[in-house]
Amino acid sequence: MTTVNDNSSEYITNSSSSSSAGLKSLITVIILICVCISGFISRLFSIIRFESVIHEFDPWFNYRSTVYMTDNGFYNFLNWFDDLAWYPLGRIVGGTVFPGLMVTSGAIHWFFHMINIPIHIREICVFLAPIFSGLTALATYLLTKELWSKRAGLFAAAFIAIAPGYSSRSVAGSYDNEAIAIFALIFTYYLWIRSIKTGSIFWSSCTALSYFYMVSAWGGYVFIINLIPVHVGFLLLLGRYSLRLYVSYSIFYILGLILSMQIPFVGFQPVRTSEHMIAAGIFILLQAYTFFDYLYNKLRYVRNIETIFFNLSVIISIIVFAIVVLLTYTGYIAPWSGRFYSLWDTSYAAKHIPIIINLHLLICLYPVGAWFCVKDLNDERVFILLYAVFASYFAGVMIRLMLTLTPCVCILAAIALSKTLDYYADAESSEMVSNYDDSVSICDEVENDENNQYLDNNAQNIDETDDNDDDQNFLTSNIKIIVVTCIAMMLLLFIVHCTWITATAYSSPSIVLVSYNSDGTRAIVDDYREAYYWLRQNTPEKARIMSWWDYGYQIAGMSNRTVLVDNNTWNNSHIALVGKAMASNETEAYKIMTMLDVDYILVIFGGVIGFSGDDINKFLWMVRIAEGEHPKDIKENNYFNDNKEYRVDKSGSPILFNCLMYKLCYYRFGELYTDSAQPSGFDRTRSVEIGHKNFDLEHVEEAYTSANWIVRIYRVKKLSNRFQAKDALEKLTSSLSEESFEKNDGKGVILNKPHVKKGTKKSMRRT
Amino acid sequence: MSQLGQVVGILRKLNEEYQISTPKKLKLIDAYLVYVLLTGIIQFAYCLLVGTFPFNSFLSGFISTVGCFILAASLRIQLNKANQSTFNVTPERAFADFVFAHIILHLVVMNFIG
Repeated sequence: MTTVNDNSSEYITNSSSSSSAGLKSLITVIILICVCISGFISRLFSIIRFESVIHEFDPWFNYRSTVYMTDNGFYNFLNWFDDLAWYPLGRIVGGTVFPGLMVTSGAIHWFFHMINIPIHIREICVFLAPIFSGLTALATYLLTKELWSKRAGLFAAAFIAIAPGYSSRSVAGSYDNEAIAIFALIFTYYLWIRSIKTGSIFWSSCTALSYFYMVSAWGGYVFIINLIPVHVGFLLLLGRYSLRLYVSYSIFYILGLILSMQIPFVGFQPVRTSEHMIAAGIFILLQAYTFFDYLYNKLRYVRNIETIFFNLSVIISIIVFAIVVLLTYTGYIAPWSGRFYSLWDTSYAAKHIPIIINLHLLICLYPVGAWFCVKDLNDERVFILLYAVFASYFAGVMIRLMLTLTPCVCILAAIALSKTLDYYADAESSEMVSNYDDSVSICDEVENDENNQYLDNNAQNIDETDDNDDDQNFLTSNIKIIVVTCIAMMLLLFIVHCTWITATAYSSPSIVLVSYNSDGTRAIVDDYREAYYWLRQNTPEKARIMSWWDYGYQIAGMSNRTVLVDNNTWNNSHIALVGKAMASNETEAYKIMTMLDVDYILVIFGGVIGFSGDDINKFLWMVRIAEGEHPKDIKENNYFNDNKEYRVDKSGSPILFNCLMYKLCYYRFGELYTDSAQPSGFDRTRSVEIGHKNFDLEHVEEAYTSANWIVRIYRVKKLSNRFQAKDALEKLTSSLSEESFEKNDGKGVILNKPHVKKGTKKSMRRT
Repeated sequence: MSQLGQVVGILRKLNEEYQISTPKKLKLIDAYLVYVLLTGIIQFAYCLLVGTFPFNSFLSGFISTVGCFILAASLRIQLNKANQSTFNVTPERAFADFVFAHIILHLVVMNFIG
């Protein structure tokens, strides 16, 4: 009887396991498609509310470069010298930019045009980030599948698709490097884990290629080239050395090294700077370790061989370290560059960790997942733990790096959740739990269907194992349902939070503002684009625009005019000169502006609608930067009132009232009533009535003010003609009066007649 | 002196064992490795003597030798029957991967050599 039952149940389990395997993969594919779609859709808020437009500042430069590349071809883009930026100096774009983003959009554009779908480059640029977020979710699924299991992988993909930490930098319209860099990061890590597990040359080469894509995309590639060597070092320390490790790291390092030097911006840095030296050091160490390991295996019979080798490896690592230190000291290897040096400042890290908004529920599950990885340690889980430690530290130091922490948090939280649900979401009765438990821990790295097979085979042994389950019996189905329901509710809250945060906080395009009237209706403030298009259509093509550096990329992108300084901020003296012009009085500023060939000045003023990101609020920074380069002419204290406050009302300092920025922002503002309850000239941003009204401009004239007075454009007047007579009319009428007319015998009179000095004739020779 | 004698004895025994136990295929790869190593040493010596002027060319050539060495060493490791347990790869697949990595390496070297 048992044999018949065995055969029939085996038959049933075989067919059901093969169809359940098919069902599993179908569900996996459907879930991943839903994850990609939800990731894409949750980033579209600003497109729906406003329109398909590039956001903020930096993306405008990337967009302009992409347009240049699609118009002029790839080689012209690599060799592009931009003369519209940094007016007299220009900018070598090819050598100072990470081309991955532009090349990706350009390739998609080329592909679509090749199959005759005429999609505009702007649409590709706007929607690139949401599409790549779907790809990032897939890469996270693959990585977590290698680390733990497919079930955890699905959770991780779902988390990364909607996590605010990532979507804040990848909404539609945010056309910046991080859009593709995070995908490249996770995909490289997935390939690295795969190559460590298999030790195959093919996967290591693929890791190097993916690393090359990452280097072309973002400056944060330094994170990869330091984390992977640290991982290798830790594996060596933990005694987890294997030949697979040697093969995968050596091939990845060498191919990655030469590939990364193909990007012009990176150049020779990988062999010259300290940031890349850890990778080189670990490479040499690994070669030596492998060589000694090989000899050790051959020479086992020699006594004391272990101590000899241990001493030798220690000596060699000390020698390599000393060589690196010596090369750094003598200058062959550049020391840690400024941006990375500041990351080691631990005092800063203690103060700034805002995580709840960006990570919500995941931050609670994150340490749990890390603990589970520590409990069941293997080579790849060492990697994710190191990633977690370093990413947490760096995110604490610099808030922008929260972006690199988010994938790690998603993965570890998914692991925690998956392991929890493995216990509690099990629909079978509690006797199965112990068997399932064993099979989970044994078959964790084995495919899901084999797991099921083992489980179903165990189903027949249910009677024998009854007495082993006394300690697991408390997990009745009631408790399981309660726990699963609670987890489901928490996840729902997480989804609501993520969507709400993305919709409210991270979806504003910064170039179009919205304000709400007292009756709740929306008022769109489109001043920026209005003014930039005025510039584009009403100024000569070679006009030079002076503004603060924040707006440089936007002006160059939308108005297509030459700017003096832009967001690249590579030349501090030039910026300081612009700051000095803004902070000096009109005559001094005019001298600087004629020296720099400025035709138009653009300022941002938010006093009419209460916009707080305007130039008056940024003015002290302009003063400080100018003071750094011209300390004799500009002193910050001059712009404060007697109480050492920076105020624009009656108590403000007279030097502030006479400086160019004040005059340009508040010209004619004294006649305007912004609030019926307040006097004229009431600045709604600073909430004061301005102190200096009703003045005139001498060397500039107003060219354009946008609808809500946010953008104000002024034309620099050319030098006046020679004889500037203020009271010309008086002089003329007085000289034309009756008496002078008669004095001159009826002739007219020339004002300011130049006196001719008669020269003496040379005396004639008399012979 | 006795230590020196000991070291010489060890080296001789190592050499004997190597000649006997390694199959012909692996000895061929080892000869190739020695050749690549010599090429690398010659390039580095040249760079030290004459200077690094076209630095990209020097780097490209040197990394080419190091890359060839690493790839051949990895191939040898994967072909060695003693390591069958750690690698789950057939010899044909190992060689195909070797060729794939070499294609990538030489394409980049050609691009970089200037």
